[in-house]
Amino acid sequence: MKIKENSSLKYISILALIGAMFLIIFILEQLLPPTSMLFMVLKKGAIYSLVAVSLNLLCGFTGLFSLGHAGFMLIGAYTYAIFTIPLEARNAVYQYFDGGIINFTLPVPVALLAAGACAAVFAFLIGLPVLRLKSDYLAIATLGFAEIIRAIFQWDKLGPITNGSNVLRKFPSFSSTIFPFAVAGLCIAIIVLLINSSYGRAFKAIRDDEIAAEAMGINLAKHKQLSFTISSFFAGIGGALLAMFQTTVQAAAFKSSMTYEILLIVVIGGMGSVTGSCISSFLFIAASEWWLRFLDDETYIGSFKVPLLRSGFRKVVFSVVIMIIVLFYQRGIMGTKELSMDAIGRFFRKFKKEEDVA
Amino acid sequence: MDFINAFLPYILADIEKTTPDAIRIADYLPYILAGISVGGQYALISIGYTMVYGILRLINFAHGDIFMVAGFVMIYLSATLPLHISAVFVILITMLLGFVVERVAYKPLRNAPRMSIMISAIGVSYLLQNCAWYFTSGLAKQYPEIPWISESITIGSATTKIVTILTPVLTIILVAALVFLIKYTKIGMAMRAVSKDFETSRLMGIKINTVISITFLIGSFLAAVASLLYFTNYTTVTPVAGAMPGLKAFVAAVFGGIGSIPGAVVGAFIIGICENLIKGAGWTTFSDAFTFALLIIILVAKPTGLFGEKSTDKV
Repeated sequence: MKIKENSSLKYISILALIGAMFLIIFILEQLLPPTSMLFMVLKKGAIYSLVAVSLNLLCGFTGLFSLGHAGFMLIGAYTYAIFTIPLEARNAVYQYFDGGIINFTLPVPVALLAAGACAAVFAFLIGLPVLRLKSDYLAIATLGFAEIIRAIFQWDKLGPITNGSNVLRKFPSFSSTIFPFAVAGLCIAIIVLLINSSYGRAFKAIRDDEIAAEAMGINLAKHKQLSFTISSFFAGIGGALLAMFQTTVQAAAFKSSMTYEILLIVVIGGMGSVTGSCISSFLFIAASEWWLRFLDDETYIGSFKVPLLRSGFRKVVFSVVIMIIVLFYQRGIMGTKELSMDAIGRFFRKFKKEEDVA
Repeated sequence: MDFINAFLPYILADIEKTTPDAIRIADYLPYILAGISVGGQYALISIGYTMVYGILRLINFAHGDIFMVAGFVMIYLSATLPLHISAVFVILITMLLGFVVERVAYKPLRNAPRMSIMISAIGVSYLLQNCAWYFTSGLAKQYPEIPWISESITIGSATTKIVTILTPVLTIILVAALVFLIKYTKIGMAMRAVSKDFETSRLMGIKINTVISITFLIGSFLAAVASLLYFTNYTTVTPVAGAMPGLKAFVAAVFGGIGSIPGAVVGAFIIGICENLIKGAGWTTFSDAFTFALLIIILVAKPTGLFGEKSTDKV
């Protein structure tokens, strides 16, 4: 009985925490101007959290090393954009293709789901041949597929649907920070539930030892396919959110460097830690877009010009920091551990004990 | 060369007569030539990938960026030094860079999981690109015109630069020298031993770190030569200029069977020629995609590549 009480207490405290988080965001939105850098970081951080967690499901929990994530985000972003551009704006957006051939729109939630579903279908088809490959070969094959997807979406002949290599714009986006938090939070919650289910345990078994997992009766092909498809589903939704955030979409932006960025976030957070991925995406975005921004401006102290500071220096410092983390903190911020109420509780209890001893 | 020049128009005219409406070789000749040339450049880069993979089992994502840095070093050096001296310095500096990257970013992770080293490689690539961006403010820089090799030459109906002809010749000479080095010298024997079995060769007294460093030096040397040839053709260098050639060279290495040097060279020529023929057919959007499609087909059909050894999993 006691265990049950404990767990219900835990759920209540988690819900309270989530509620408090939304409340804080709400209050902040009332207090600060909406152009504040903080909101930009929070929005992008939430979106990258979702994408990083979905990649973590694949790399950290199933041990499949995929470099095709940007491709699935691209599919999601395009699916969302194509189906939600209002009819009256289509002539302006598809100016070279006579307003395009799709003449209906979907409501935003349906379009988000469609974005995920579309990415998942592509992932399923790609997974059929590719998932038989091992480690490095899988990485390079998925990278190849992402590049192929990017080329297809830029193809002139598909212009009436994808607008060729021109930007898609004027689709509905969000203004409040709460929206990306809610969507990303919901998706991450679903992923966490999946990881804690019997499927999740099968994924971890495959990660730890494929042969042993197979001997225990886990269907390797099925579970790998499942993990790949689900991960891409959420990458698709993440791509759609990113499209909403940027308010424009262009296939050329979804390069392999985007995948590398997400992979770095996952590694910095710790492979196999959901909370680690979330924390590191906020840190990553905040550091690269906000905190280090001063390094890009030429600064004078009195009449002394601070050396080195000039446009682009921020990125150099940032990549040096990343290299230091990769070289000296290989396990990332969280390793494979999770930040949970228990862990925080334990931390404080330990802290208190130490105080008592002192 | 004159001999070919004299006869080629007749041969080509003959072919045109027999195939009036079908594909005419004369139209495609410039593309084939460009393909052979770029294939040779990919071959030089891909050897760096394939040797490093053969020894460390690492996809060295930073290799393409080392190639890019070589391009920028040439631009900055040639602003003050004469071209032939700066070319020598470019090669030396690039080799030094490859050596330093290995020592700083890969050596500390020798006992770490393979994934960590790969991430480190991605990190180095990110760092090199950002540094290049910082030094150039993100602007494309004009590559200096190297006399003689950037002069024009006419072959049959196609006009091209001398570098187009020079590249495959130089590639084959360098590859032959490399194969000789690997087959018949002591260090080559050590390399082969290390790529066969890391631990055993260490027990046999081979200084692994030296061997790995030499592998990186050779890879960077070939990348520097490739950058001299490649950027003479493409004339501008940007901080991301190394990414695509790097990826394609890697694809070539996988295509030919990673770890095999002849495989990488054959793969690179096939990819270079196919890519340019597709451009010639007016499908420029798909020239990159095609490379990867080819890669996926070969990976699915023959996962170890054209010349790769079959590996078996031991439980």
